[in-house]
Amino acid sequence: MIEASGITKRFGSTLALDGVDLSVGAGTVVGLLGPNGAGKTTLVRILATLLPPDGGRASVAGFDVVRDAVSLRSMIGLAGQFAAVDEILTGRENLELVGLLYHLGKKERRRRAQEVLERLTLADAGDRQVRTYSGGMRRRLDLGASLVGRPPVLILDEPTTGLDPATRIDLWQFIADLVAEGTTLLLTTQYLEEADRLADRIVVIDHGHVIAEGTSAELKATLGRDLLEVTVTDADRLGDAARLVADLGHADPVLDPAKRLVSVASGGGAATVVEAARRLAEAGVSLDDIGLRRPSLDDVFLTLTGHGAGDEAPPTGPGELVLGATEGSYR
Amino acid sequence: MTTAGTGALPASSLAPAATPRPVTFSVAVRDVAGITGRNLRRIVRTPQLMLFSSVQPVMFVLLFRYVFGGAIHAPNGNYADYLMPGIFVQTALFGGASTSVGLAQDLGGGIIDRFRSLPMARSAVLAGRTIADLVRNLGVVVLMVVVGLLVGFRFHGSVVTDIGGLLLVLAMGYAFSWVFAAVGLAVKDPETAQVAGFLPLFPLIFASSAFVPVSTMPAWLRDFADVQPVSVTVDAVRALVEGGPVEHWLWQSLVWIAGILVVFFVLAVRLYRKA
Ligand SMILES: Nc1ncnc2c1ncn2[C@@H]1O[C@H](COP(=O)(O)OP(=O)(O)OP(=O)(O)O)[C@@H](O)[C@H]1O
Ligand SMILES: [Mg+2]
Repeated sequence: MIEASGITKRFGSTLALDGVDLSVGAGTVVGLLGPNGAGKTTLVRILATLLPPDGGRASVAGFDVVRDAVSLRSMIGLAGQFAAVDEILTGRENLELVGLLYHLGKKERRRRAQEVLERLTLADAGDRQVRTYSGGMRRRLDLGASLVGRPPVLILDEPTTGLDPATRIDLWQFIADLVAEGTTLLLTTQYLEEADRLADRIVVIDHGHVIAEGTSAELKATLGRDLLEVTVTDADRLGDAARLVADLGHADPVLDPAKRLVSVASGGGAATVVEAARRLAEAGVSLDDIGLRRPSLDDVFLTLTGHGAGDEAPPTGPGELVLGATEGSYR
Repeated sequence: MTTAGTGALPASSLAPAATPRPVTFSVAVRDVAGITGRNLRRIVRTPQLMLFSSVQPVMFVLLFRYVFGGAIHAPNGNYADYLMPGIFVQTALFGGASTSVGLAQDLGGGIIDRFRSLPMARSAVLAGRTIADLVRNLGVVVLMVVVGLLVGFRFHGSVVTDIGGLLLVLAMGYAFSWVFAAVGLAVKDPETAQVAGFLPLFPLIFASSAFVPVSTMPAWLRDFADVQPVSVTVDAVRALVEGGPVEHWLWQSLVWIAGILVVFFVLAVRLYRKA
């Protein structure tokens, strides 16, 4: 459905994309994962015909982004990184305007605007000016605008950045429903957890290069193991704690006296935490914290590139507040 | 990895395959109407903006009519009649400046990206913007006619020439909307657009026959003031609404309007493509 090969794009001296290949099969979801400045938005803008590529070829639904741009646009729905809705119009008017520009009849646009408002739980706010909306409502409306034309291909650029965890989970569910109905989806994100949750395949890009791709399970296998982390109350017991948990890990424990923290790479899942807690309790080592940490985006980039996620460090993930989520700590 | 053959669409209740349709003229007209409607709604819903942008020309009327007017010797003796055609043109040009601010705002807000990702006629964003501002200008010019009548201005032409004069004012405002569209697209920032739009207006409006007879200016300035678009348009409007020989000014004004339209239409469209 989306095919791109060897895409390059340069802005002045910045090489934003340096030969990117991407393929999204019909009805599948690809998550484009990368830190700030990786080139995600640039790639999305090229695929949505907002920006011509300097080199390489790309097509969506068989339409070339340069030669068949006009036809291509009726096949895609785009929700850009920043909400692109009119503040002065109401939510409903925004959706109906988009419907008009997809060349739907008057009745049909009314019907679809109502349908989208209901699906995105904006029906009550539909007749209010968008400037009275919260950030999350705006984001939902923006996503809704990309659905009015019922395009077979959706392109969402960081759809949940800046949303609170509950809203994020709602939006994930909504996106998952769309996908279940057969929509092809390309989504960019800075959150490993999000890609993990929604995407069939994940493509990691950094500095305009694809540095890894595969299913989330494949990537995780290459990204290193869970870390068991134990924070003791009394710094003097740090050595004891390290000795007690040492054989639960695959490598030697790492000690951080300043944080009173012992961490050890481990593959045993939650059972490891339970076992460690039991041993430490028996030995009378009192704890401030114990948990299992999945690799964060930072760890991913460290592993993949040997450098951190960049100066503008991305958030390490929304997972902290989402219990049981992949990237969050099980605390 | 699974790769779809070209054009293969998923069967889905939510995504019945959209069929690409070429952008025909009638489709483009609907797109323009849609964007114009959107912009008019914005204008109607920010009445405070409309109010304050009307206060300024009213102040100019009062300032020139009552403060400077006594010292300015109008050729036919009645300064209100001399002044108001100048005010009409000035108001229409200042009104055109809202085009640059509006476009720059849209660019910054990302809504232009949305429009450009839709299968709409690309020209509709610029056309819809300038047409909405034309409608707005119509309102402001009518208001200025009322203000003019209150301070002693009178129409002396026939119904046809009076209306023709006001249409010429609007045509001039519309041509300048395209100048401002280009400015807004070039600077991309609403505040800068506001200032950058007004800069070229000042010499055009004040070094013209809008408020004072050109004959009182030094020769070097007079050479400029005699031929520039604001002067010839103001003189044409004056001739139309006050009576007198029209042709000389009217054709010059129409040539200017057509020239400005063509040049800045092409420029704005080009900037829009790249923006
Ligand atoms: N219009 C532009 N002019 C100049 N440089 C640009 C432009 N757009 C993007 N860049 C540069 O290209 C690189 C890639 O930017 P891009 O916006 O694609 O990153 P991103 O992955 O979307 O980042 P983020 O997560 O911050 O949204 C960056 O170095 C950016 O500074
Ligand atoms: Mg981005």
